[in-house]
Order: sequence, then structure tokens, then C-alpha cells
Amino acid sequence: MGKHFSTFRHDVWLPYKFAVGQVFKAFYDGLKEEKILGNQCQSCGKIFVPPRSFCPDCNVDMGDYTEVSQEGEIVTWTLAKEAFFGSPLDPPFITALIRLDGVSCDLLHLVGGFDLSDVTGVRQRIKKNRRVRAVWNDEKQGHLLDIKYFEPL
Amino acid sequence: MGRAVAIIGMGQTKHGRRYDVTYPDLVREGVQAAFEDASLTPADIDGVVFGTMPSMMEGVAMTHFYFADALRAVGKPMMKTETCGTTGMSLAITGYYWVASGLADIVLVVGSEKMHEGDSQATMSTVLEPFYLRPFLAGAPGVFSMLAQSWMERYDIPEDKGREAAGKISVDHHKDAFDNPYAHIKKDLSMEDVTNGKVITYPYRLWDICPNSDGTCAVIFASEEKAKKLCARPAWVKGVGFCGDEYWYGDSDKVAWECAIDTAKQAYKQAGITNPLKELDVAEVYNPFTYVELIHYECFGFCEPGKAAEATLKGTFSRGGELPCDPSGGVLCTNPIGATALVRVAEAAMQVAGKAGDHQIDGAKTALAHGLGGVSQFNGMMILGSSL
Amino acid sequence: MITFEKGGNPIIEAEARVPYELAMGPNWYRFFEGFKEEKIFGTRCNKCNRVLVPARGFCPRCFVDMNEWVEVSNEGVIISWVLTDYEYFGMPTKPPFVTAVIRLDGSDCGFMHLIGGVDLSDLNQVREIITRGTRVKAVWQKEKTGCIQDIEYFKPLSIP
Repeated sequence: MGKHFSTFRHDVWLPYKFAVGQVFKAFYDGLKEEKILGNQCQSCGKIFVPPRSFCPDCNVDMGDYTEVSQEGEIVTWTLAKEAFFGSPLDPPFITALIRLDGVSCDLLHLVGGFDLSDVTGVRQRIKKNRRVRAVWNDEKQGHLLDIKYFEPL
Repeated sequence: MGRAVAIIGMGQTKHGRRYDVTYPDLVREGVQAAFEDASLTPADIDGVVFGTMPSMMEGVAMTHFYFADALRAVGKPMMKTETCGTTGMSLAITGYYWVASGLADIVLVVGSEKMHEGDSQATMSTVLEPFYLRPFLAGAPGVFSMLAQSWMERYDIPEDKGREAAGKISVDHHKDAFDNPYAHIKKDLSMEDVTNGKVITYPYRLWDICPNSDGTCAVIFASEEKAKKLCARPAWVKGVGFCGDEYWYGDSDKVAWECAIDTAKQAYKQAGITNPLKELDVAEVYNPFTYVELIHYECFGFCEPGKAAEATLKGTFSRGGELPCDPSGGVLCTNPIGATALVRVAEAAMQVAGKAGDHQIDGAKTALAHGLGGVSQFNGMMILGSSL
Repeated sequence: MITFEKGGNPIIEAEARVPYELAMGPNWYRFFEGFKEEKIFGTRCNKCNRVLVPARGFCPRCFVDMNEWVEVSNEGVIISWVLTDYEYFGMPTKPPFVTAVIRLDGSDCGFMHLIGGVDLSDLNQVREIITRGTRVKAVWQKEKTGCIQDIEYFKPLSIP
């Protein structure tokens, strides 16, 4: 390692206003009512959650929402134990890809509702049952985290 | 120079304040418009080139990932390039090189920006390193204002004359924009509106400065064989140029601006142009600020150094003049940064292909498109012609 | 979480705050140590013979290492300037302020900094005082920390 001269601390702090669009708005409104909405491509028949404005495979416009099941199966998961500057979530937490019943793609969300402190325990729990069900927060913000996590059955 | 390459289709979104759609949908709008214009489908595309301002502008990093679906790039080779204001030109040149090299026959080139989603000047200031420059330059207007001061002082141009010439550019372009269905700001301004406007970064006032715009532009480049088969009136790439200065603003002269002059020299040489004022029919000069356009007229040889104000006031560069500049209204009226220089290319192509509608310059055969970027650091140019 | 912008469309407002710790390296370090002694350093290229400020490790035109450190004057002339009178989020210097490119005596390029000590309320008066060729001199902070703002601003010599 070369000679270490001093360092210069500098933060970049920027404000944003993201356009939500009609499709995400509908999805968020559904979450407030404890509904998980998706939509179906009229060309290939695939069902997407969150719903899309156009089918990523067929490129056709999509609208018309459909309520999907709140139960599904863990496809893959990871246990996060370290935070980073400005992390929205506090570790430990489990991020997982979940295939909700009847849906054609995986939803990225959290798995929880049990002791996360020890990874061996976590692996055993998930190995025992990969089927999960959404557990909702009492207070809704119209946000994907209105679902607190998906809990193994 | 590689194989002959032409532009066979172009699309633009309705540029402006587009909170009605999410960013990927805005990109898709531009892309669909290009496919419709060229009567092509995604299956016809061999590769995709995409670019935008630094990703911090919209708060999502590496936006070429985010837009893979909207660009129909899934399963296809993709290249990304970002060079700040010259992004659109870098995109066009990348697409052109790809086809000219013989490694692709049809390439889709897309640039976009959604400036209302971020704070444009706060983001732009991150282009400046934090040790030295960042506290001093108030975004893009701050940088380019200094060029204006230097230029007037270098050539002893009285403040009033420079002010009047810049004012004429603002009045003309804001009015020209009414004939461009895609333009963002369209306004009937008087000279007093411009010269008495609020000072933003002296000498720039409100109407000397471009807006923040949301928009996408997509352009399709094709080989000679494909262009002749698929397009009734291709716009042929006749010459390109690209050049940059050192990083620090104080290191080079921005009035007799070497990188702008050299960029034009490169492009003119390839296109065989020796007298730009006579041989060009229309020029889409990158003009986010009025005074900067005047400086570029001189750097590109449209008039003698120090004479741009005079020539402008005579009407040389107005719609009816000898060399109409920015009949689309230019960057001054519409500036979705990642797309803007590509819009210049699309507008130049539209002119020589006879597709510019209400702002068509009759009989245009040779058009110049220009891009400008960084802390006034880069210049890029593409010359298009109606015949090979 | 969702708010509405003035056109009635749904938006999400958020802020991103990202921390950085940049290596200063030998050149910035030495340059800013010079500031602590109220000295401004440039480096001379032994190929093109130019003295460039701020001092740096290599000549950007000749691309050779620059090892000769030269102290340049605290005084110089204004090459170009701008009065900034608008504000953006998190702006480090609050408006109104004047930025200038200054040719310090003994250097061969422009150095950027603020012009201060001038009443900025009347634009016409500002233009009388600040122009290309105005001679200016550095005014230093009492406490130095080794950064570009150790120079508070450059003041026109015409102002007492």
C-alpha cells in the first residue's frame, strides 16, 4: 500500500420527485386494501406482479388489473446481516424471490416472522417449509412494505 | 471512413413536463415512434446504443439496465455512453461506427432524460470535482456565462450589441418552436422580455437559458444496402467530428475555442466542406444558451471571429436567412439532456429527408448537427446529406 | 408516501444522500498545505514550460510528470467572471456571488475562485468594478483547514 495522504470527506445530497405513473399507483392503492394486484398480457397470457404498463416479452400495452393470491413459494433467499449508509431496512432481514400462486414472475420481498439471529436456524426453518403467506402491517402507506413480510406457513 | 451509413428512421416524444408517465414508459414512447417512422420492428434491430446524463440525475444508477425492456434490448448487444451534454452526439457516433464497421446492419440509438425527477443543477454540479471547482460554479448557467463575458471582452463587442444579438436568438427560436410539434417551450417574446428578464447568472437572464425537459429521442442507423432497401429518403452520414479540452475550466481558451474549431474541421474534412456558410443548408447548433450559439457560429466558420453578433442581427442565421440555424427552436426551447444532441441529429436528418413538416427548410440537402457537453469541455458534430 | 405534483400526477419525493471519502493524494495535499501558509503553488512543465495552477502531477497537454513546484503570486487579473443569482438544492456557496477565472501573476492558465468585498446589490456598479483586466488579490481566512475555501475570496485592488 502506498503512502497515505489525507482524505477529503464529501457528501452528495440530491432531491428527487419520481413520477409514479398510473400502473404503480393502482398497485400501491391495492396494497392499502391488503390486495396484491397484477395484470395479464393478452398476447402471451403471462401474469406479472407488480403489474406492468407493457409486456416485457411481447411489447404490447397492458392494463386491467387482477388480484393475485397472497400465498406462494420461496424461489431463493438471502439473509442480510450488514447495514450500509442509509439502508432503508435494519439487519438482520431476509430478502427473497417469491413465486406467488398463479403468477408468471417472482416478487422480490422479505421473509420473516421468526428468529433471524442465527443462520443455521433460518436455513432449517425455510428448508422445512418454503410456502409463505403475506403478513400485513396495520398502518398502510400505499407501499410494498405495507406487507411486513411473507411468513413461512 | 468505413461503410456508408444512413439514418432511416427517427422518433421523439412530446418533450416537456412528463410526470404523467414513469421513465421507462417515456423511453418506450420515443422508441415506438422511431419504429413506426421506419416501419421496422424490434426483430430488425442488430444492436442498441443508449445514453443519458449521469445517472444521478434521476436517482437510478445505470439506467441502461432499467430500460432494457423499453428499449427492446433484451437478448441483444447493447452499448452505453454518457458524455453529459454531448451524450446524444456520442450515441449517434457510436451507432454510426457500429454500422460503418460492418459488424451490424441496423442499430437503434436512444437518448433520454427526465429532468423533472431530479434537481438538474445540483446534479450537474457533481460533474465538478469537490476539491476545487464545485463550490464556485453554479451549474451549467454559471459555466457558460463566463464564455459570454470572455467573448464580448475579447472582441470588444459592446455589451448592448452582444445583448441584442443574444436577444434576437431568443426571440426567434422561441417563436420557431411553434412550428415544432415536439418542442417544450413555445413563446412569443419581445426583445424587452428577453433583455429585461430576471438575472440568473449574469449576463444570462431567464430567456437566455434552456428549460429542464423530459423526453426521449430514438434514431435508427442502417448500412447502405439496408437503407436503400428499406427507406425512400435516407439521411446519409457525410462526416463526424468529436473533440475535448482539458478538465479544468481555466486550462484552455473558450472563446477561440479550439475543441469546437477542431470538431468542425474533422467533420468538414470528411464531408468535403470548405465553405460552410454556402455549402450547409441548415445547422442544428447545440444552443442551451443564447450567447454560446454566437460563439459557435464563429468557431464553425459561419462568420469571421468576433462578427457573430453582426451577422445574427443581419438575419443571416434566421429562418429566411443564408444559413438557417435551429429552425426546430433548438436546445433553447427543449433540453432533455441525454436526448438533446441526438435530437439535433434527428432534426438534421428530418431536414435532408424532407420530413421536418412545418419547420422544413425547403430544398435542404446538407445539414449540420452539433453537441456540446461537460463543463464546456466537449464538442461533437455530425453532417448529414440527402445523397451518398 | 405518494404525493401529487401541480399537474395532478402521482409522485414519490425522496432524497439520496451518499457519503464519499476521497483520497487527496500527494499533489492536492501539498497544494493545500501551501494554503495554510498563504501560498499558492503551481507546477512547471519542463516540456512546454507553462506553470499551471492548481499544482498538479502531470501536464495535460504534454502528458509528462510535473515535479517543479513554483510559488505564484497571490495577485492576478480577472479573465472572465459571472454573477450568480439563483439557488439550487444544497448549493455550497449561497447566492448572490461572483465567480471568476483569474490569471495569477507567474502562472500560464486560469484559476477559478470567488470575487468578494464588492457590494453586489447594483449590477451596473458591479460591472464598473469587476471586468476583464481587473487586478485582484487573495483574502485569506484566519483559520485554515487545508481546502480551497482557505482563500475567502479575491478582492479587487481598487477597493480599499
